[in-house]
This record gives sequence, C-alpha cells and structure tokens, in this order.
Amino acid sequence: MMTVPSKLQSVNLNLWYGAFWALKGVSMAIRPQAITAIIGPSGCGKSTLLRCFNRMNDLTRSVRTDGQVLLDGQDIYASGYELTRLRKRVGMVFQRPNPFPLNVFDNVAYGPRVHGVRDRRTLERIVESSLKATALWEALQNRLDRPALALSAEQQQRLCISRLLAVEPEVLLMDEPCSALDPVATQHIEELMRELMQRYTIVIVTHNMQQAARISDETGFMLLGELVEFGTTKTIFTNPRDKRTEEYVTGRYG
Amino acid sequence: MLVAFSAVSALALITAFIFRAGLPIMMKVGLGDFIFSNEWRPTDASPSFGIFPMIMGSLAVTAGAMVIGVSLGLACAIVLTQFCHPRAVSVLKPAIELLAGIPSVVFGFIGVVILVPLIRQYLGGWGLSVLAASLVLGIMMLPTVTSITVDALQAVPRSYGDGSIALGATKWQTTHMVLLKAAGSGIMAAVILGMGRAIGETMAVIMVIGNWLDVPHSILDPARTLTSNIALEMGYSAGEHRQALFATGVVLFVIIMAVNTAALAFSRHHLRKAGMR
Repeated sequence: MMTVPSKLQSVNLNLWYGAFWALKGVSMAIRPQAITAIIGPSGCGKSTLLRCFNRMNDLTRSVRTDGQVLLDGQDIYASGYELTRLRKRVGMVFQRPNPFPLNVFDNVAYGPRVHGVRDRRTLERIVESSLKATALWEALQNRLDRPALALSAEQQQRLCISRLLAVEPEVLLMDEPCSALDPVATQHIEELMRELMQRYTIVIVTHNMQQAARISDETGFMLLGELVEFGTTKTIFTNPRDKRTEEYVTGRYG
Repeated sequence: MLVAFSAVSALALITAFIFRAGLPIMMKVGLGDFIFSNEWRPTDASPSFGIFPMIMGSLAVTAGAMVIGVSLGLACAIVLTQFCHPRAVSVLKPAIELLAGIPSVVFGFIGVVILVPLIRQYLGGWGLSVLAASLVLGIMMLPTVTSITVDALQAVPRSYGDGSIALGATKWQTTHMVLLKAAGSGIMAAVILGMGRAIGETMAVIMVIGNWLDVPHSILDPARTLTSNIALEMGYSAGEHRQALFATGVVLFVIIMAVNTAALAFSRHHLRKAGMR
C-alpha cells in the first residue's frame, strides 16, 4: 500500500494570514482512488489546508505560503503554473451548496463552457452523464430548465458535485460537504462519495468524526495548524500514536 | 405613514393636474395627430400641434445616453468590484458619486464650450446635436449606474464567485457568466434609474442639442426633446399653446411610466427564471 505513488502531496507547507501562522510545516501524502479525511477542531487549519490544494487561498488577501504541494509530482505553487488548469484537475465542493443562479442545465454545463466546449450535443451528453453520476438524472431530466436554487439542499449539493464532475477532474476536495444537510441527505452523499472514490481521489474536511470513520480510508488529525497524526483511518481511530489524537477521537475535546 | 401618504398624494395631484390641463387639447387635435404629426406651429394663425419630432428626439437622446452611460457605468462597476483594491474603491466610488452633485447646467456649459466645438470640428454638422446631448447625459448617468451596479455586485454572495473560480474559470468568465447574472435585478434597477435621469433631464440637453424642430436622421443632427420643448416655450405660451405643452408633459409621463413598468416586469421575470424569488 505504501508503494502507491501519491496523487497529491504537501511538503513542509506553511501558510500565514498576515501575521497569523495558520499551517505549520504540513507534510501529507494523499493516495489516489481513496478517500482521505482531515479532521480536527474548528480553526485548526483543515479547511485552509484543503484550499491550498487548488490554490483557492490565492483569492484571500494577505495570504503567504511556502513549501510545496505536488500534484502527480509537479509543484502547483511553482511560478507559471496555470491556475485554471489546476482547478479543472482539482475540483472543490463547498460547505454550503452553492449552485449558480442559473437553471440546472446551465449549472452543469458551466464548467465545460468555461473550458471551451461550445457544441450543444456535447454539452447535453456531458450534462446527462454528470447528472447520472450523482443520481440526479432520474429526478431532473425533465426539469433541466428549472432554476437550480429551487432544488432541495441535498439536490443542490448533488448538483454542485455534478457540476464538478462535468469538467472531468482528478481530485475532489470536499469542505464539510454535508454540514448543511440533514442526516438522511448526509447518508446519501456519503454513499455517493464511496461510489465516486473508485474513479476519483477524494479529500474531505469534516468536523464530524463519525463521518470520517465511516467513509475514509486514511485520516489526518490537525490541531492548531499542525498535522498531528496521519495514517489509515483504522489506526487513527483505534490505535493512535499521539496522545492528542487519542483525546480528540475519544471525544475529550473538540 | 402620514409622510408616505403625502408623497403619494403629491404624485396623484401632479398626475391629475397635468392630465386635466393637457387632455382637452389632445382630444381636440386628435391623439394620433398630436403624437404622429411632424408639424409643431403653436403660434400660427391656424396652429398645429404635432410632437412627433420631439418624441423621436427624446428617444434618440435617451438611447444614445444609455449606450454611453450604461456601458461606461457597467465597466466602472466591474473594475471597481473585481479588479481594484478595496481601499482604492473606498476613494473612487465616492468620487464617482460626487459627479451626481454637479448641477446639470454645469454639465450643459461644459458640453457647449468643449464638446460641441469638438464635434463640429471633427465630425461635422453644427456640433449642437443628438450626439452631444447623448454624451453629456451619458456622463450624467454614470454616478447612478455605477454606484447602484457596484452595490448590486457587492451583494452577490461570495460563494458564487468561489464556485466559479474553483471550476477553473478565469476572473473575467466568472464576472460575466455568473456575477453579472446574479446581480441582474440590481443592474436592471441601475439602468432604469439612469434612464429616468436621461429622459427627464432638461437643462443640460437644451444647451447642447440645438432645439431644432425636425426628426433627427443622424446622431449629428440637432433635435428637440419633450422636456426641452416644455421648458423653452412655457415662458411665452398661452391658451391652446400652453395646453399643448401640458399635453407634451402627459406624453412624457406616459413614456416614463411605460418604460419603468416594462423594466420592472422584465426584472421580475428575470428573477423568477433564476429562482431568486
């Protein structure tokens, strides 16, 4: 298992918001075709770390990073690295479902259009397969012209995942994708993630430890900007090396 | 409540007054003739009252002003919200809004002294023209259009932009494919208010448009607008002539109402399509 080359890897990654040191030398290797969970109390830097993987932190003013993030061995923070290509390969699902104020079709077709697909037939094919991949096609195939904001929260989040799959990414970053959903919807999204895992590399940030234990293959525990421990989910939850990890996963704080 | 009511009753009174003063002459001349006839000779022995040239003048000037004011205003707003440092915005936005505080006669004066000779010299014609009026009105619309559009763009939830950027869209694609659509109703409001300013503006227009009583055939032709017609002739009018000027006001009133209603209906429709209401 250790011999599989990692899809995504951070090497001694540091990040500052102004004077605040938010990530402290994080090194983490993420396996392809698996789900990696990042857990930790709020404010520990787990979302910040996730947003380093597609360089969304670049949008925040006064952010400074050093260290490396390697995607298939290439440093995405190297100068001249093309951000639009990076974000096409490494997509992101947000905490609150954020479909665009457009109809269902245009939401899913947005990514392909942005990357230059103009042909209507091709777009229709992409929309259909992307909606099928998230099990929305059945429900929405006759309602593609409906506004996306009129869908239920779960459908909106599924739609956001479809929208992402439409650009054929390799890595899916999920920033607490279920925190705005009810338990039943959460279960459905988790099932969907297990399915998607077979084709994509998934990194999920969650404050919900049960969720991490249920769905992930590997887990990293973060505290105050540091990656305290990283290993198989089973090890982290049953036999952690670090005392702080043990205290967190047994619910002593967090 | 009382204040709101007094504002509404002022509106009702004004409406009733101009209709009462203007309708009789419209009926006498005939609505079709009044609106579609080219002849405006209010002081002849057998006067004729046709305001078609003024209607066309107003429409031409407003359309021209919209092209200039809306495109410049949108461009300003996009640059301010998407590509400027917040500190620069906090200086630039009030500066643009300050434009609204300049009296319209000053705009007209600058138009006459600078714009009109330039047009005469480089584009031909009198200089006093639909183009000059459109440029002046376009600039006068800028603060309204810019500042409301900036507010509308700033009110778009950040998550829309993030979602687009995270899909690999460029900043420009994000702006025109998502943000402008999400801010659509606010931008519509900006355009309506800007248009209201353009149709209703009188002083600056009188000074640069030439006040010629003919349907303009090119943007370099002089023309006369509904508002300038009223302002220019009210001073010496009497009897039917005066009534006809009120009737001009009625037409102006109806046009503005129609435009506002249409724009409002359009933006509602747009909102419903996006599922935002």
